[in-house]
Amino acid sequence: MEPQPGDLAQGLEMFMSILFFSIPFLVLLFAYFTGKIAEKRHYATIHERERHWLSIPATTGKHLPNFTTVASADLVVGSVVVSVDHFKRFLSTFRMVFGGEMKSYSSIIDRGRREAILRMKESCPDADLFLNCRLETSSISKGKGKVVGCAEVLAYATAVRFQRPVE
Amino acid sequence: MTLTNLESIPGQSIVEHYGLVQGSTIRAKHVGRDLMAGLKNIVGGELKGYTELMREARQQATDRMVEQAGELGANAIINVRFTTTSVSQGAAEMLAYGTAVRCQ
Repeated sequence: MEPQPGDLAQGLEMFMSILFFSIPFLVLLFAYFTGKIAEKRHYATIHERERHWLSIPATTGKHLPNFTTVASADLVVGSVVVSVDHFKRFLSTFRMVFGGEMKSYSSIIDRGRREAILRMKESCPDADLFLNCRLETSSISKGKGKVVGCAEVLAYATAVRFQRPVE
Repeated sequence: MTLTNLESIPGQSIVEHYGLVQGSTIRAKHVGRDLMAGLKNIVGGELKGYTELMREARQQATDRMVEQAGELGANAIINVRFTTTSVSQGAAEMLAYGTAVRCQ
């Protein structure tokens, strides 16, 4: 049987429609893997840096230890804007039906918050103590339709340097 | 100008209060950044362009607050607070406020 020119057109059309309908799934799959890798990497750096900064604590307290005298005090700020990936957003639509904790969203905000605190500390590496540390989260855009939904996490505190005894 | 978010300045004493000072700015994100953020959004994680934008805006709000305190003759601002509000879709207000004081 001779192949008809119509067959080719039909085959092409089918191929195109399959491609067209699979694009959203491909994007989801791509988002799932890249998002997962990015999160793993980010948590690795967070853990490492948190260990490094462990000796210089950030507290919500306002009072200094009695035995110290202060050399200087300055306001320090750290912030980060985060957004969720497409896969997590896709999952969250199901979560909206059943209710309960949205784990995929909490991990994003958790990453953002720890990153903000680390950036705050990194902006003043010679401090001895961070007093009155405040955290604030605000959603910049809700992400309706095609608009990007993202939230800003801000950490600020007063960085205090103690007077060193003269040797 | 010394800024702190404590109620006093560690190591110094306050001699005069000048009252509340504030600085604010409303920023919109521009189309180019929005497009890049849209692409980044598939993957998720940090949106660096927006972080930069918010940092600039916060710096400007702080500068305005400091300027206002300077006009009053203060040399420090205590109890500084920051707030961010999304005013409309794609625009955010950044507010910094505190109490202007003179310290010694």
